[in-house]
Amino acid sequence: MTSLLRRFLSPYRRTLVVIVFLLLLQAMANLYLPTLNADIINDGVVTGDIGYIVRIGAIMLGVSLALGVTSVIAVYFSARTAMSFGRDVRASMFNRVQGFSLHEVNTFSTASLITRNTNDVQQVQMLVLMGLTMMVLAPITAIGGIIMALRLDVKLSGLLLVIIPIMAIVIATLMVKAVPLFRAMQKKIDRINEVLRENLAGIRVIRAFVQTDHEQRKFAEANADLTSTALRVSRLFALMLPALMLIMNGSSVAIIWFGGSLVDSGEMQIGDLTAFVQYITQILFAVMMAVMLFVMIPRAAASAERIQAVLETTPAITDPPPEAIAARVEPNTRGLIEFRDVGFSYPGAQDPVLTGISFTAEPGQTTAIIGGTGSGKTTLINLVPRLYDVTAGAILIDGVDIREQRQAQVWAGLALVPQKAFLFSGTIASNVRFGNEQATDDQVWHALRVAQAASFVSELPAGLDSPIDQGGANVSGGQRQRLAVARALVRRAPVLVLDDSFSALDYTTDARLRAALAAESGDTTVLLVAQRVSTIMSAQKIIVLEDGEIAGIGTHTQLLESCATYQEIVDSQLSAQDAV
Amino acid sequence: MSLASGGARPTNPRRQQAMFGGGMGMAVPEKARDFKGTAKRMLGRLKPESPIITLVLALGVTSVFFAVIGPKLLGNATNVIFDGVVGKQLPAGTTQAQAEAALRAAGDNQQADLLSGMTVTPGVGVDFSRLGQIIALVSVVYLLSSLFSWAQNYLMAGVTQRVMFTLREDVDTKLGRLPLRYFDRHARGDLLSRVTNDIDNISTTLQQTLTQLITSLLTVIGVLVMMVWISPLLAIVSLLTVPASFIVTMLIAKRSQRQFVGQWKWTGTLNGHVEEMYSGHELVKVYGHQEQAQIDFDEANHKMYESSFRAQFISGMIQPAMAFIANINYVLIAVIGGVRVASGTMSLGDVQAFIQYSRQFTMPITQIASIANLLQSGLASAERVFEVLDEPEQSPETDRPESMGERRGHIVFDDVSFRYLADTALIDGLTLDAQPGQSIAIVGPTGAGKTTLVNLLMRFYEIDDGTISFDGIDIRELRRDDLRRSFGMVLQDTWLFEGTIRENIAYGAANPTDEQITRAAEAAHVDRIVRTLPDGYDTIVGTEAANLSTGEQQLVTIARAFLADPAVLILDEATSSVDTRTEVLIQKAMADLRKGRTSFVIAHRLSTIRDADVILVMDAGRIIETGTHDQLIAAGGFYYNLYNSQFLASFDDDADIETS
Repeated sequence: MTSLLRRFLSPYRRTLVVIVFLLLLQAMANLYLPTLNADIINDGVVTGDIGYIVRIGAIMLGVSLALGVTSVIAVYFSARTAMSFGRDVRASMFNRVQGFSLHEVNTFSTASLITRNTNDVQQVQMLVLMGLTMMVLAPITAIGGIIMALRLDVKLSGLLLVIIPIMAIVIATLMVKAVPLFRAMQKKIDRINEVLRENLAGIRVIRAFVQTDHEQRKFAEANADLTSTALRVSRLFALMLPALMLIMNGSSVAIIWFGGSLVDSGEMQIGDLTAFVQYITQILFAVMMAVMLFVMIPRAAASAERIQAVLETTPAITDPPPEAIAARVEPNTRGLIEFRDVGFSYPGAQDPVLTGISFTAEPGQTTAIIGGTGSGKTTLINLVPRLYDVTAGAILIDGVDIREQRQAQVWAGLALVPQKAFLFSGTIASNVRFGNEQATDDQVWHALRVAQAASFVSELPAGLDSPIDQGGANVSGGQRQRLAVARALVRRAPVLVLDDSFSALDYTTDARLRAALAAESGDTTVLLVAQRVSTIMSAQKIIVLEDGEIAGIGTHTQLLESCATYQEIVDSQLSAQDAV
Repeated sequence: MSLASGGARPTNPRRQQAMFGGGMGMAVPEKARDFKGTAKRMLGRLKPESPIITLVLALGVTSVFFAVIGPKLLGNATNVIFDGVVGKQLPAGTTQAQAEAALRAAGDNQQADLLSGMTVTPGVGVDFSRLGQIIALVSVVYLLSSLFSWAQNYLMAGVTQRVMFTLREDVDTKLGRLPLRYFDRHARGDLLSRVTNDIDNISTTLQQTLTQLITSLLTVIGVLVMMVWISPLLAIVSLLTVPASFIVTMLIAKRSQRQFVGQWKWTGTLNGHVEEMYSGHELVKVYGHQEQAQIDFDEANHKMYESSFRAQFISGMIQPAMAFIANINYVLIAVIGGVRVASGTMSLGDVQAFIQYSRQFTMPITQIASIANLLQSGLASAERVFEVLDEPEQSPETDRPESMGERRGHIVFDDVSFRYLADTALIDGLTLDAQPGQSIAIVGPTGAGKTTLVNLLMRFYEIDDGTISFDGIDIRELRRDDLRRSFGMVLQDTWLFEGTIRENIAYGAANPTDEQITRAAEAAHVDRIVRTLPDGYDTIVGTEAANLSTGEQQLVTIARAFLADPAVLILDEATSSVDTRTEVLIQKAMADLRKGRTSFVIAHRLSTIRDADVILVMDAGRIIETGTHDQLIAAGGFYYNLYNSQFLASFDDDADIETS
């Protein structure tokens, strides 16, 4: 956590100095009040000088006012600094994640990245805010209090040598026990929520498999486990406050007792005794406050660790150094894709997902990839835009290894339609223009027509400006896919990559879309993944994937004769007479 | 996007506010609709603990009593010292009255006044034996106060945790008893938030409020009594600070409230943007939108910074303002008290005690304010949880359940009707007879009632009319569990729980061996896929199973049904997300599994059901055609059209697997 704080607070070093200075003033003013009170007693009450009492009272009011003003200014600066800190951490995380490849995203999981970027930053930011107000004030007050106490009476201050260690030991013991318990408790709360989440999601399966009792036992176990830990934590904390109160009150009593004899022997004035009690109270209060805030630290530290983990992750896939970038006249203008003996396995996996994949996808042609669930189709597609890097072999676009090109350059030549047709919140127009900001309304409509989306868009009351919810939740799966296709088409990139993008379309729309696409594509290299034979039947080149290897390459007719796997796929989908 | 919405847990600003609360966050607490009723009910849940709670109360009263008299007693100690100091300066051998008269004679009226309010023995210093007695007494008082307070907290911790334990258990048991239609009608996210966030919230509330509320209230009362007793004038001065603090807090809170609204609004915008950009990560990259995403992010981030800075600054002023008021109070007490001591109408110890009381007075008042907020939101949560507990449960099990012998799998629907809403029948006078070992396919358009049929058979819903019998026994005469144990079910909606793939396949079977698991996986064609995963069968999957595609998850659930080895198989769109070739392979494996078992298969893809013994064509809750594939094709009816449309032209929306 410290490194995170150091890194992101260092730009505000000057403000931090100001804050510390203001807090110092605050602590001094706080300690000065009891001193003035002592003066009232010593020089006013004892001598009966009412005029003096009132005069000092006025000074005390002045000090209180100054104290208030200083505190407000301190709050201003600390709120500003803490919020700036949060803003900066969020921004730098977002920036970092933007550079991640799919590998890093999947390692953390999208959901976790979101939580880290939002909630975790919030946690740490809150700690910084608290820290800048109270945690800094505490040691200053404690030290100031000790100095004041020493100034009044060195002998009596000796009591601090006893009280502070006792307090420290009590608090430390409680904390040492509480912190791990707190962590354990958080885990157990997470666990119980997880069990419930699963039970709700799987209620049908659980009842069908008659596992309700089993799940309830699992819950009861988690519940009992949580309860016992929570009980230990709260019993521990039951001791905390009474113990601290006892120490505080005990200190006052001790001061009066020992101070009494000092006053009697004339070594100390009676007013100073009252002031002394207040100093000690302030010191101990400061220590207590600091300790209470320490409770926040483990939680924030866990958040900081999670943030740090993201910030420290360097993307596995980065641009090559400038000198290694292949020199070329015009980047990716043709769109010739070549796979050379490509292999890929996920880190740590037993078996590779892809092995020995070699083929070329030519401009002006449609290259289709078909294969069963888990045969590696999507993985293969993801290698082209370098969402993952190949672990063997190479992929070349227009004759240049994609790893020797800048990523932006590779992407500029691609239009991708991913398997999950994700739409962004906004309008239909803004989603289509995501592919090409400069597209005119005519171009947008044209893309929609080719994607077979024009008819339903024009039927919407707001047409192109119809709102799209986050993720595209307010349109059907088929409509989402067609909009995603339109988004890719409007890009007019030399390479069009479609990952099972027609799956939610009925057969007629699928056929119409393919026909329109074929008329449209011209010199475009189309790389197409599909499960339906009908979708790919007319492709110039069909690649049959099985268990991560190529089982056959050719046209529909060629493969029907030569490739057994392809025949099986066809058989499973078409009735015998249709297949011919 | 299930990933995005399911994964990012809803941030609960209210709770964060409560946690970091104090003076910093002034969020609007969500209010319970029926505050009194809910509070009463929550207290009702505390009833079994009432003897302990009574004890806790008694301990609280005692503890506060001791805590409150402490400063007054300690003030007496100060008085003894002060008496000694003054007494020492006076000539020995005289009485206090003589000394006072002497002072007045000397014209020192002020000293004389001071003396008039004291008990001194001229010439003698501090009376240490008296001081010792007082000190001893105060020490005991403070010790007892802390001990009782500890005992009180300790006992209350037990009460809270036990109450929370039973509440959680009750909710979980309730979830087990609610009819399935309840879960259909309620958004999962909402229910989840009730059973997790809300219960968490109640727990926090219960822990923080109960004892604090009691002690704070008692302390305020006790301190007030002491203050009035010591000096009614100073008590009035101190009391004036209460409305002053209240007004200042209100003024600031009102202003900061607006800023907090802005803060949460921008937080929402920012979080939404992050969620969206991360969910569409590869699109943002490949389409070169990173810069724009960053610009948008920076803008929202800056707006959020501005509003949250203002919110924190304004609300942060409450603390200094309160401290300022407290300090004014302190100064007034010091001055007025000082003057009164000097004039002999008050003792120095009492002023000292009063200063302590005034500090003790403001703390519990602010505490009560924040507890009230917490209580509001806690009760709102409790209300939502109670709503769940109040839902009607599924019909009770029959008193004398029939026992099932050897299960054969003869299933008869006799004139069965079922309606979900009163006026529309989902199943309308349906009759069917499934002989043991037969495979029954059910086809029909969306909304025809195919899944409902299965749900009735499993007694997920109870029929309204007619009877369903299993091997001749009315299924209502059977215990639900016995009935369901006879079925193996694979659903379109795959469900994997957090655990390894191995555990997920083993779900529903009694201690299978690794070999049996692998064999089931092979039969479901998921074995190879599992082996490409980082940890093979030990790979952890779960609600956010990002490492398995929907089709692959479906295969795992099929393997699960293979392993369970039931008398009747129900496959409800079980292979809809699996590619057709794998489906054919699974079908073959299933064919082996189905031998000698009755099976019900619901499928959109007609290719998968061609070989069924009986095909039931359903429409609008009725069976409109029955027969084998060839018979139905020959009949040229609904099925014929459906079949042709699927293979020749359109009709297919089965691949729309995204749940959103």
